[in-house]
Amino acid sequence: MASITLDHIAHAYPGPPGAPKHYALKQIDHLWQQGRAYALLGPSGCGKTTLLNIISGLVIPSEGRLLFDNTDVTRLPTERRNIAQVFQFPVIYDTMTVAENLAFPLKNRGMERNAIKRRVEEIADLLDLRPDLGRRARGLTADAKQKISLGRGLVRSDVSAVLFDEPLTVIDPALKWELRSKLKAVHQALDLLMIYVTHDQVEALTFADEVVVMKDGAVLQIGTPAELFESPAHSFVGYFIGSPGMNFLPVTIDGARAHADGAVFDLDARYAPPGAGQKVELGFRPDYATISRQGPVAVRVDRIEDLGRRTLARFTLAGKEAVATLVPGSGLAPGDDAALTIAPGHAHVFIDDLRTEGSPA
Amino acid sequence: MSLELKQISLKNGQQSVIDNVSLTFERGTMNVLLGPTLSGKTTLMRLMAGLDRPTTGDVLVDGRSVVHVPVRRRSVAMVYQQFVNYPSLTVRENIASPLRVAGLPKAEIETRVREASRVLQLDPYLDRLPAQLSGGQQQRTAIARALVKHAELVLLDEPLANLDYKLREELREELPKLFAATGTILVYATTEPTEALLLGGTTATLWHGRVTQVGSTPAVYRRPANIDAARVFSDPPLNEMTVSREAGQIRMPDSRIVPADRLLPGIADGIYRIGFRVEDAVVSPRSDAPLAFPGTVAVTEISGSESFVHLAVGFATWVSLVLGVHEWRPGLEAEIRIDPTRIFVFDETGALVRAPEPHAAAAAAMV
Amino acid sequence: MMDKPWNNRAWLFVVPVLIIVLFSSLLPMMTVVNYSVQDTMGQNNFFWNGVAWFQNLLDPTTDMGGRFANALVRNLIFSLVILCLEVPLGIAVALCIPKHGWRVGASLVLIALPLLIPWEVVGTIWQIFARQDIGLFGAALNAIGLHYNDTQDPTSAWATIVIMDVWHWTGMIALLSYAGLKAIPDAFYQAARIDGASRWSIFRNIELPKLQKVLVIAVLLRFMESFMIYTEPSVVTGGGPGEATSFISLDLVKIALGQVDLGNAAALSIVYYLITLTICYVFFTIMTQLDQRKGV
Repeated sequence: MASITLDHIAHAYPGPPGAPKHYALKQIDHLWQQGRAYALLGPSGCGKTTLLNIISGLVIPSEGRLLFDNTDVTRLPTERRNIAQVFQFPVIYDTMTVAENLAFPLKNRGMERNAIKRRVEEIADLLDLRPDLGRRARGLTADAKQKISLGRGLVRSDVSAVLFDEPLTVIDPALKWELRSKLKAVHQALDLLMIYVTHDQVEALTFADEVVVMKDGAVLQIGTPAELFESPAHSFVGYFIGSPGMNFLPVTIDGARAHADGAVFDLDARYAPPGAGQKVELGFRPDYATISRQGPVAVRVDRIEDLGRRTLARFTLAGKEAVATLVPGSGLAPGDDAALTIAPGHAHVFIDDLRTEGSPA
Repeated sequence: MSLELKQISLKNGQQSVIDNVSLTFERGTMNVLLGPTLSGKTTLMRLMAGLDRPTTGDVLVDGRSVVHVPVRRRSVAMVYQQFVNYPSLTVRENIASPLRVAGLPKAEIETRVREASRVLQLDPYLDRLPAQLSGGQQQRTAIARALVKHAELVLLDEPLANLDYKLREELREELPKLFAATGTILVYATTEPTEALLLGGTTATLWHGRVTQVGSTPAVYRRPANIDAARVFSDPPLNEMTVSREAGQIRMPDSRIVPADRLLPGIADGIYRIGFRVEDAVVSPRSDAPLAFPGTVAVTEISGSESFVHLAVGFATWVSLVLGVHEWRPGLEAEIRIDPTRIFVFDETGALVRAPEPHAAAAAAMV
Repeated sequence: MMDKPWNNRAWLFVVPVLIIVLFSSLLPMMTVVNYSVQDTMGQNNFFWNGVAWFQNLLDPTTDMGGRFANALVRNLIFSLVILCLEVPLGIAVALCIPKHGWRVGASLVLIALPLLIPWEVVGTIWQIFARQDIGLFGAALNAIGLHYNDTQDPTSAWATIVIMDVWHWTGMIALLSYAGLKAIPDAFYQAARIDGASRWSIFRNIELPKLQKVLVIAVLLRFMESFMIYTEPSVVTGGGPGEATSFISLDLVKIALGQVDLGNAAALSIVYYLITLTICYVFFTIMTQLDQRKGV
């Protein structure tokens, strides 16, 4: 299988007849390419798990077609889809050893014993499970068990896609790093399509070549981690990615300037006056905005947060709370008057939550 | 009210779960218990609340011993990691429950419930059952229940750990403000150093049931008293290496020799453990600078605004922080350079010998 | 585990229960112990007999001893047989109960019905059922050529009691197993399907291991109750034909009330009680050890 295609896929749960349908997943068309790693990122209830279940076969979408290469598999049962799935908690066979666990899918498919042994050892090497092969799976730590769950999916050579449903949920936070790099290593070593569902931006951005940001059943943006960070297409993407996320100030636009509560921001493009009733906001990331003693926009510092490696300053502007990076050595304290500077090119205009480009100034 | 733990120990058979802990908590303060899982944070909180009795030692409130006072009669509220609400009561009834048990008049209960609900944005959900709420709303209900009690001691045991990280960010902002007005003693347990730094106040680092350090949060961060406290307070983990200083020279783990004054000036001979944080490890393409350690990139973890490059340098895997979103592809050859002015030096027993000098602004914040 | 603050007033809650237990259990038991070390001909004349009754009982060569030994063997065989039948059958039934929808409630009620019937009624039902003339069971068996006569043929009597017990109690094992099965997260079944596991494989590798704890409880409960069985065989066969289905409890009643041989009966009671207690304790230890060994 080289690709998975979503053709007008949407899913609504059956409700009372005549009532408007409630879509858990709004219409989506997308082509997932073999060998690439994708992440479905979004808050709880955004539809990412529903989408994953449609791809894996646990849910049959109420609309649209699912194609593996050019075959319609919308209604094909899970076990015939050549996919592997790793769940939130490790799924292992308690009574078997690690080696038997890994060999299980191959035995069920009638593979020959030596071939099984070779394959099991190959995957165990990849996942650092070799020393544990003879041990009972039951007594191992959560992350080892999760690796076994993953290994069972990878041993089958007919698997062309691996689906992950928040697999690091039960892992000890101190060990999440190791597992993340393992997943990355697996992705590099095997040419598989990998789809990863999570609500944690670190997991999504680390793991994926492309991230699908979702909210309320709709896909807001698909892009590389850098694209999502630098050019969010939707205000939610700007807010959700980044820790802390983007600041949004309600502004009025006048040509190449934005006005908020007496403050004036220079934009690097000209904008036509927005229509009446449209929500106009200025979005800027704390990473590209600094608070110092001198600058174009006057603010008052509410709070200073020392994060060790960087210091953030919280302030209020145009009635909204915002945060920016505090310039080291400025000697500012809460309550002081200070100034905000937004780096050129990093002040974005969002009209009705969609990022809008202006015409060159 | 002030709470004091005096040489508290809790033994489970032969095993020491909490080992000789002495802490003081003042009125209206934010206190963070920072430590990895199973380091004793929850146990310590239970001892503070009166749910468990210490094997030895004393718990004093305003100077009086309360070890024999049952939890019911203490002024304490607790919020747990798993959103604990009465499943058969509506949100309104849940919030009101401690007040009903205390026997407050109905009008008073009404006022307090409405106040808590407003502050925690639960007004639209007052008549729903917990099962009908999202995780964040359930936890807000639990927090509201703790808020209405106007307790003098509020214990929060990793309350945000089960929430989506964005929700966690929001609630983490709100929590200190919620309880600030009432002069409560807030005790917050967490495994994440970033949370501790964001909450501020005083931090006590825990390691295997012992308190390794207590102090203002930025101070503990910048001057950990020993290597355990430093490890607990670093996320990602501290980059470490063991070196030996002898006869004016320092031997590195990869066997190269460096003049002693380069790295450890003014320190006696001996074996030292050097630690440096990710922001002080600079990753760059291979050069051959003297304090640079060459290696291969294992993975780059990207967290919105920061990228963490994991570099395998042979004897260890070190992590370097790069600001912004930059992926260093696995397999790339690179190096990490150490800045001798930014290292922590610990002796063989783990005690701190030298810490990097903080910036002027940070030094002011530490006071 | 942890030491909670001590509140002595809590003991006041326990006092009423203590009083009731005292009257209904401890005092009568003391009387039995009293009888077991004395000899009486009625008329309230008691002579000290020491442990003679016990010696008599535990010596298989004596009359009493022999009777006891045989009854003990019968009890053990009975418990073993019904466990071997009820546990697999209960699990099989549990596997067939639907997991969602209205059928769940209906199935559970149907399965639970035999458990709700008073035991004497169960006995009576089967006594009539087993009759060769008007009983559906008895008549049907004879009609298809099997020689079935529960009042005269020991094998038939045993079969009847075993089948009755299975009918009566399999539901309990089914319900316990069902609860255990429901606790298995769906993800395990999904993963097994993806792994291409057969139904038998799923049972052996997922369901059975996860049912382990539940089954230990079920086996313990069933063993205890079957070891102490009295009502049903008493109604159906009365211990007959001859002594074929005379379990310890039935013998005990005959000796104590029929023959008014209080000494022997008391001794038998106590030995019976101690055996039951020991087996209970062994089971309990196994259960807690399983818990510890399993860990997570």
